[in-house]
Amino acid sequence: MPAQLSMRFIYQTWWKVLAVVVIFYTLIAGFLFDVPHLPILHETIRNTYFHVPMWIAMFTVFTISVVYSIKYLNTGDEKYDLIAVECVNTGTFFYVLGLITGMMWAKYTWGAFWSNDPKQNSAAIAFLLYCAYAVLRNSIDEEQKRAKISAIYNIFAFPIMVVLIMVLPRMTDSLHPGNGGNPAFGKLDMANSMRVVLYPAFIAWSLIAIWIASLRYRIRLIEYKKNEIN
Amino acid sequence: MKKIYVSALLLLSCNALFAQQNQPVEMADVMRSSGRIYVVIATITIIFVGLAIYLFSIDRRLKKIEKEK
Repeated sequence: MPAQLSMRFIYQTWWKVLAVVVIFYTLIAGFLFDVPHLPILHETIRNTYFHVPMWIAMFTVFTISVVYSIKYLNTGDEKYDLIAVECVNTGTFFYVLGLITGMMWAKYTWGAFWSNDPKQNSAAIAFLLYCAYAVLRNSIDEEQKRAKISAIYNIFAFPIMVVLIMVLPRMTDSLHPGNGGNPAFGKLDMANSMRVVLYPAFIAWSLIAIWIASLRYRIRLIEYKKNEIN
Repeated sequence: MKKIYVSALLLLSCNALFAQQNQPVEMADVMRSSGRIYVVIATITIIFVGLAIYLFSIDRRLKKIEKEK
């Protein structure tokens, strides 16, 4: 039942329109609304509205991917494997966007595109983790074996990625906002005026990522059915 | 001597006239205020709307192909 429900969901239009409208709002509000005047960050505090949602969108599709990997292992339904892999592909795309926007910001805040900050390094390692997923998948020819092994790998890669990106940099002296006592959107140090833009942006960009993943899945489903007949 | 003074004065006033013309012309134009940040907003919203329309068109084409099956 939930599977059918979610499958109907990806063919609906209302949430796609919602995502577009909300992002449209965050693009305007993100530039015009008042932001706290903080040292180091200055106007780049507005990057929060665009850089962080990339990572949230990535987390959303990676989480969905893990859910469908588990579902695949439970049922053996090939469709779930297709959903999982397309979610990972879309997540990796948003991963790259997050990394590039972060590097861009670091150049003008920390002085270099890459300064071996703990946050940067662990993000790079986690990126390789998901590159390895793609390599693993493409190296196995047999369909069921490929689906099974990549599903198991995906389930293990996800918590490692979360630890690398969210936990480890916070335990060391990362320069990244939100780590090591640097200002960010923690409970106490983020202005409420930023929440009205940031949280809608999180939801809307996550929906955009789901949308792209669902489009890729539908294309892959057609390809899969075509190969089945031949 | 007087002629030189007069011509110099005229030249200067002429200069002042040009200077006045070079002063910013105040118009009721939102797009030029606040360091023209609105122009940047317009740019990124155009890009985003374009991408959104593109995504919707892919969605529609896919729907057509799915119906054919």
